[in-house]
Amino acid sequence: MSSPETGRQLRYVDALCEAFDQEMERDPSVFVFGLDVDDHKSIQGSTKGLLQKFGPERVFTTPLSEDAMTGVAIGAAMAGMRPIHVHIRMDFMMLAMNQLVNIAAKAHYMWGGQVKVPLVVRSMIGKSWGQGAQHSQGLHSMFMHVPGLKVVAPSNAHDAKGCMIAAIRDDNPVVFMEHRLLYPTQSEVALEPFTVEPGKARICTHGDDITIVGISNMAQEAIRAAELLAEVGVHAEVIDPIWLAPLDIETIAASARRTRRLLVIDNSWTMAGASAEIIAGVMERAGPQPGIQAERMGFSPSACPTSPWLEELFYPNPGTIAATAWTMVRPGDKPWAPSPERTKLAYQVQFKGPF
Amino acid sequence: MPKAFAASPADIERVYRAIKRIRRVEEVTADIYPSDKIKSPVHLAIGQELVSVAVCDVLKPGDVVGGSYRSHAVFLAKGGDLNAMMAEMYGKDTGCCRGKGGSMHIGDAAVGVAGSSAVVGTQIPMMAGYALALKHQAKGGVAVVFFGDGATEEGCFYETLNFAALMNLPLLFVCENNGYAIHEPIAKRRARPDALCAIANAMGVPARRVADGNTFAVRDAAGSAIERIRKGGGPEFIEAQVYRWREHVGPNEDFDQDYRCRSEAEPWMANDEVTRLAALIDPAIRAAIDDRIEAEIAAAVTFAEQSPPPKPEELHTNVFA
Repeated sequence: MSSPETGRQLRYVDALCEAFDQEMERDPSVFVFGLDVDDHKSIQGSTKGLLQKFGPERVFTTPLSEDAMTGVAIGAAMAGMRPIHVHIRMDFMMLAMNQLVNIAAKAHYMWGGQVKVPLVVRSMIGKSWGQGAQHSQGLHSMFMHVPGLKVVAPSNAHDAKGCMIAAIRDDNPVVFMEHRLLYPTQSEVALEPFTVEPGKARICTHGDDITIVGISNMAQEAIRAAELLAEVGVHAEVIDPIWLAPLDIETIAASARRTRRLLVIDNSWTMAGASAEIIAGVMERAGPQPGIQAERMGFSPSACPTSPWLEELFYPNPGTIAATAWTMVRPGDKPWAPSPERTKLAYQVQFKGPF
Repeated sequence: MPKAFAASPADIERVYRAIKRIRRVEEVTADIYPSDKIKSPVHLAIGQELVSVAVCDVLKPGDVVGGSYRSHAVFLAKGGDLNAMMAEMYGKDTGCCRGKGGSMHIGDAAVGVAGSSAVVGTQIPMMAGYALALKHQAKGGVAVVFFGDGATEEGCFYETLNFAALMNLPLLFVCENNGYAIHEPIAKRRARPDALCAIANAMGVPARRVADGNTFAVRDAAGSAIERIRKGGGPEFIEAQVYRWREHVGPNEDFDQDYRCRSEAEPWMANDEVTRLAALIDPAIRAAIDDRIEAEIAAAVTFAEQSPPPKPEELHTNVFA
């Protein structure tokens, strides 16, 4: 179900907050917990006002204890509640892996369907202003690997609200990835509750020359790359998978079969990552003579450096995406790249630290 | 001689029946095991049954328990279905977890057995989550988590003690200290092997140790703790010293291996609660109890053997809810 057009613009961070507010209002079993959810900064504003409205029983901070707090969330979910557990960085979820992989993902199956784990685990991915090696990682492929977990990475305010409501109502554990740089970005968001359901990708721009898949904020960067490519006569079809597990591979495969070129841009490393899975899934569906050229881009195979000069080189950006797509579409022509000034996205230029 | 605790003949009969039933289920399981009909690693409770029985004897139907991979005793003591547990060990479709959990992952949600876990300690925060939900429901329900001494070396044990105390959760921690993590004695793993209760106390969880393996001593400790917890007194911790008679996993004794010797086990065997409680019961009544237990177990074995295996499509059922 998608939202009716209302014209109302909302920021990503406010769309998340509205989703919590509406779902907590609708369902008393929903609660939000995690370090700092109830403080004056309220997770960059994403939990603002919830404590005042719903009280400390349903909005509360925790000891850091990521491992045990994840177990607590799982047990509460098994007992019939709907916890939303918040990590201010995805990197910290490594401390929750035991509970997420060994219990949350397995509980429904290994206990024969007797229990469900309706759990949302929120986390933010940082970028820029020296986030560095341990505040910037997109670790979604680790969770995509495990049956029983759902993974979602909305790239705009509309999807942030719709995916969050869908995740809260889902009877399974959902790893919900938010990108810090997307928080101030606006898009049209309906006031009334709506869902962006698991397993359905969105075609963001239509084109016949190349299919570009962008994950998380890389969907926004790919859309900008497509705008720049259009100016030089290359028409890219940009697809945002939105949900990474379950993954709508059919929509991507259908597009790639038509354009015969597939470029996947991940907000993570390429090795054994989501981009590898997407390309493999497309090729498996392409028949004995696929005739599809595939490439992928992602983090440089290094840790993320803090120096802005090095960090610039660490990530794909609209310029490098457009240049790569150009060469795939026009292999005989001389390489082209857009002017660096025109590849900068406003919301990224405006971002200032510390967070 | 252990101190005598107040117990009526009915109490003694009920508790004897529960302990003897678990003992016999485990012995029958061990007897069947070499036949390879039970296709699941079994961690038998023989020697440790008394803790589950003592604690579950003071619980109410609305209370919830969770445990480790060694959870046959707590499953049965809380009222889990014996037929379903036996069928689970056989990998049958009628098993409590549809043949997908085996001996290490048993649960019976209908009677408050939340599910047992084979990754050591994971059930501790999970049961704190149940306690959190019970606190929200405010109906006086209590969660109980059973774990071994090995689990107290996991980080989540400390994290959960702190959180449970902080949130005043209705949670009883029950540490069944059998002195070994697989084959490693606690003295090789802890600077202060005798400090478990001190640790819990320091974290804000009142603790009590029962060292003599007396069922009614554990029941006494659990009963008073549960009463305080039910009234909103917050979490408590019980360390019950026990001894595992069989190997860590599998049906056999292992005193011929080089990590422990029979002389260490002998005092525990000499004070076996099955034998001690049996002697307190009128022989005719005891025989009737025993006969009923044997008939029930025989029926469970027949049920498991005659149950169908899961259909192939079950492989993909329940991956997602």
